[in-house]
Amino acid sequence: MPIQYYIALAACLFCIGVVGVVTRRNAIIIFMCIELMLNAVNLLLVAFSKMHYNSALAVNTNTNAGIEAQVFVFFIMVVAAAEVSVGLAIIVMMYRNVHSVDINFLNRLKN
Amino acid sequence: MSITEILFWFLSVLALFSAIMVLISKNPVHSVLWLIIVFFTISGHYLLLNAQFLAIVNIIVYAGAIMVLFLFVIMLMNLNVETERQRNIWMKFFGVISGGLLLWIFISASRSATDISEKNILMGQGNIGLIQDLGKVLFREYALPFEISSVLFLSAMVGAVVIGKKE
Repeated sequence: MPIQYYIALAACLFCIGVVGVVTRRNAIIIFMCIELMLNAVNLLLVAFSKMHYNSALAVNTNTNAGIEAQVFVFFIMVVAAAEVSVGLAIIVMMYRNVHSVDINFLNRLKN
Repeated sequence: MSITEILFWFLSVLALFSAIMVLISKNPVHSVLWLIIVFFTISGHYLLLNAQFLAIVNIIVYAGAIMVLFLFVIMLMNLNVETERQRNIWMKFFGVISGGLLLWIFISASRSATDISEKNILMGQGNIGLIQDLGKVLFREYALPFEISSVLFLSAMVGAVVIGKKE
């Protein structure tokens, strides 16, 4: 499978996430779109890891190349889980204060 | 067309369709359910790439924990009604245009990159994605970041409790 297919798929998912962040007003949906972007990047990292492994396999059949990318994806998932817990707590606090999750109400933060 | 390619195209089309449905569904609960389908298709892609550990972790962490947390918050706020006021049509139009331009840049940059133009991905074989090899690397060379991430989780937990506490 050529690497271009996976690049195109991950780019499409990432751009759908970007469009969601720009066009939606619900803070929870925006947050979900950010998760979608993180997942697109994870998919691309795994695809590149397998590409690197494939090209290193021609030199050495017992290679371990590309495994760092998968460890990196694991750490991205760790950070995403921590980020979600804090972010949802912030959204709950915002809902408790202004009784809405519409992000246009958040511009009162600047005063 | 081999079975791997059929599965690749099926999972890709399903992932893109569900991702678009996340955007255009009015009800936030439906968005969460479509996003769970996206995560399952991405796990299917990991299985196609023989990254079995990441596939199962993706299901457990994202579809199992994070999306349930989202569902809890939506139910807690009683948001499962379609009350969201829409942005005006021009904002949506320009949002889609800018996203499409970004996609265009990504695709054309990847097509013109000569380093990766003939590279292939090893589908369905290779043992770098198995738990055994990944665990060895994780606990030998990346043991310190692994422990630091536990501190990150602890601080995130404390932060969530402090932020969510009533004054």
